[in-house]
Amino acid sequence: MSFSARGIWHEFSHNKIGMTGIAILAILFSMSLIAFVTIPVENFKTWNDPASWLLYPKSAQPAWVNYFQSEKIPEHLILQPQSSSQQLDSVYVLTDSFAVNYQYDGFPSDFIYQYAAKYGGSPLLQLSVTRPDGIELPLVSTSLPFSNTETTYNSMLFSTQNVITKNLANAKSRYSFPLDTLSSEKIVFSKLTENKILKGNYLFRVHLYDVSGKPVLVKSNLIIGGKVYGMMGTDELRRDLSIGLLWGTPLALFIGITVSIGSVILGLLYGVFAGYKGKATDEVLMRFNDIIYAMPALPLLIILAVTIGNSIFLMVGFLVIFGWVGIAKVSRSMALQIKTLQYVEASKLMGQKDHKIIFKHILPQLLPYAFASIAISVPAAITTEAGLSFLGLGDPTFPTWGQILHDASSYSAAARGMWWWILPPGIMIAITGLAFVFMGQAMDVIVNPRLRR
Amino acid sequence: MGFKKFLAKRAITMFGVLMATLLVTIALVGANMDSISKQSVALEIRQQVTNNKSLLSSFKTTDQLDSYVENQIKQRITSLGLDQPWYSPQRIGLSMYKILTLDFGHAKFLTSDSGSSDVKDIILEKLPRTILLFTTATAIVSVLGIFLGAIAASKVNSKIDKITSGFAIISSSFPVWWIGVLMIFVFAFLYPVFPARATPEISATDPGYWGSLLYHMTLPLITLVLIGFGSWAYLVRNFLVGVLQEDFIMAKRAAGIDEKRILYSHALKNAAPPIVTVLALSLSGSLGGAIITEAVFDWPGMGRLYFEAISVLDLPVIIGATYVLTAFFLASVFVADVLYGYFDPRVRRE
Repeated sequence: MSFSARGIWHEFSHNKIGMTGIAILAILFSMSLIAFVTIPVENFKTWNDPASWLLYPKSAQPAWVNYFQSEKIPEHLILQPQSSSQQLDSVYVLTDSFAVNYQYDGFPSDFIYQYAAKYGGSPLLQLSVTRPDGIELPLVSTSLPFSNTETTYNSMLFSTQNVITKNLANAKSRYSFPLDTLSSEKIVFSKLTENKILKGNYLFRVHLYDVSGKPVLVKSNLIIGGKVYGMMGTDELRRDLSIGLLWGTPLALFIGITVSIGSVILGLLYGVFAGYKGKATDEVLMRFNDIIYAMPALPLLIILAVTIGNSIFLMVGFLVIFGWVGIAKVSRSMALQIKTLQYVEASKLMGQKDHKIIFKHILPQLLPYAFASIAISVPAAITTEAGLSFLGLGDPTFPTWGQILHDASSYSAAARGMWWWILPPGIMIAITGLAFVFMGQAMDVIVNPRLRR
Repeated sequence: MGFKKFLAKRAITMFGVLMATLLVTIALVGANMDSISKQSVALEIRQQVTNNKSLLSSFKTTDQLDSYVENQIKQRITSLGLDQPWYSPQRIGLSMYKILTLDFGHAKFLTSDSGSSDVKDIILEKLPRTILLFTTATAIVSVLGIFLGAIAASKVNSKIDKITSGFAIISSSFPVWWIGVLMIFVFAFLYPVFPARATPEISATDPGYWGSLLYHMTLPLITLVLIGFGSWAYLVRNFLVGVLQEDFIMAKRAAGIDEKRILYSHALKNAAPPIVTVLALSLSGSLGGAIITEAVFDWPGMGRLYFEAISVLDLPVIIGATYVLTAFFLASVFVADVLYGYFDPRVRRE
């Protein structure tokens, strides 16, 4: 009845299912790593702050749906500028240009220029667009508020603004149809002969002129509104779901692994102690175990979350409270077996202290079982947390997958057909669960036949 | 240990668990409950005083009025026993006694469909619906599961065996409620066959109510069956495979008894005790899981009642529902224990 780590690994590595589990887990861990590296923590903290998602589209499908469609849905584009600056005599000119190859079969819903300019004096800001057919349309020409000292000015230019409509009206002779009732994005992106989308390269340019000093554009983004966005789309609150899903991975792994390790350690110590001590201690401990075992976990978890609190760390604690019981039962019966073995009896006779016998002779024998139980109890922890979050009892500051599904259901995403909001979180929960189930199954095959011997 | 003694011991443990769960629930919600009941007492007395014109005119100053009201509130709180904290022995004893006699008091916010605010009425109205949905689901799941499990066990490592095991593992890693959301998406949005909300729109007195209820039940029922029968089949298969390797089956085979008969009458009979136990446990387990599933489908049963009570912190309802859920859970654990002890005498000699 001895296990060597190498022997177990040898058997495990020949188990296809177990290795699949490990592979999935490796992918999940690398996703967590990507989340940590690519998405700044500030971004993740602003998950519930609507102000930080203003530039994103509302309820947009993932961009890749266009691959399955003959009519390409306009994609929501958030463009970064290419900056250049020059000096003409005493005038400083700063130019930000945004190039976009527009190949979609529909007009964008709007366009917005968002900027933050740092200047002293009163610079002039001009926005113009050069179309694929070479026509240049001036859109906005405005002077920024005067300031003696150096200030930073935040503002946005919307395609719905009157200035733009008026400027475009100057070009009406070029178009062979009336422009009066059309919104500006439908004029800028239209063919001259008929009001249909003109595909090709558009170049938006922003010029900032100043005489008193060199102006700087601290922030400069051009948003061309569309109905599809990114890898995973966005939700009703304009949040980029790919960020939520990516951040959900380390959170789910954290919850699952912490809860299962916590419960297994607690259950193992409790069970082994009860089994080793035997007699009245065992009886009392096991009756207490029975009581917790028979308590309905979910209702009590809900009450705990409502009355005590729903921070993610408290949640982990609550889940451990109900998670250790089964493991304690099994490890008690295993300890009962092991303590009758001769070498344990021998060390007892030699006057070895109880805790030494438990830690040196009994617990190591249970380690393989412990690892199998850790793997097996992870999925339950993840789904329970997801379930609680789904009911709206989770930690709202962390975008767990359950939390995303809760938001989806409170905006009745299912009844509105927003599949990209419902499918990915559930699939992620299931995949994560499966990885651990696979590993647990493989471990079980190794651990159980020997123990039954 | 005799069977009677075994029964008595299990019954005592179960009762202890019931009491412990109630204590924990009271301990968790007690403080909130006190402040809420004190507030409602104060409100009630203020209303009484303002409605009583002759009493109101007998006060000369507002200070007098205030002190009178204050006194009245104090008296009422003392007479209700609210002056002592919730953890004082008398109050815990009293509330435990009340709960044991199924006197849950009146709900603060929620009412039953017929308008009663008595917690007992509310629960009695919701409980049959939960039992209807989950018992039907469990019945279908267990029949399907036993049948499929027997087929899989008779052909170990065949295609059907592998598919069953694979389906069991995969279906058990999806949360039931997520499959529920998915089913609503597919069958209520994509192909509008079933209603998205499982609450029937017509009133309970209408003759078409039961028909409507059954129609609304279809989608949650399909979901529960779909998610449940895989793991059932897998469980039955594992029990049966174990039994099929035993010597007496070999002897039956050697005697030339038909393989089908061995499987269905001899092997299944011997695998019955663990199967029955798991059946009893899964029945009660489904009641706990009902909270989320019912919330998803908006099924008007115990689970949704519980969820609603928690979201508005209607404590009498929470306590009543916890009690009923726990009692059902324990009853089935007890039945499972007894059945197992009956079928397999070794358990009694633990």
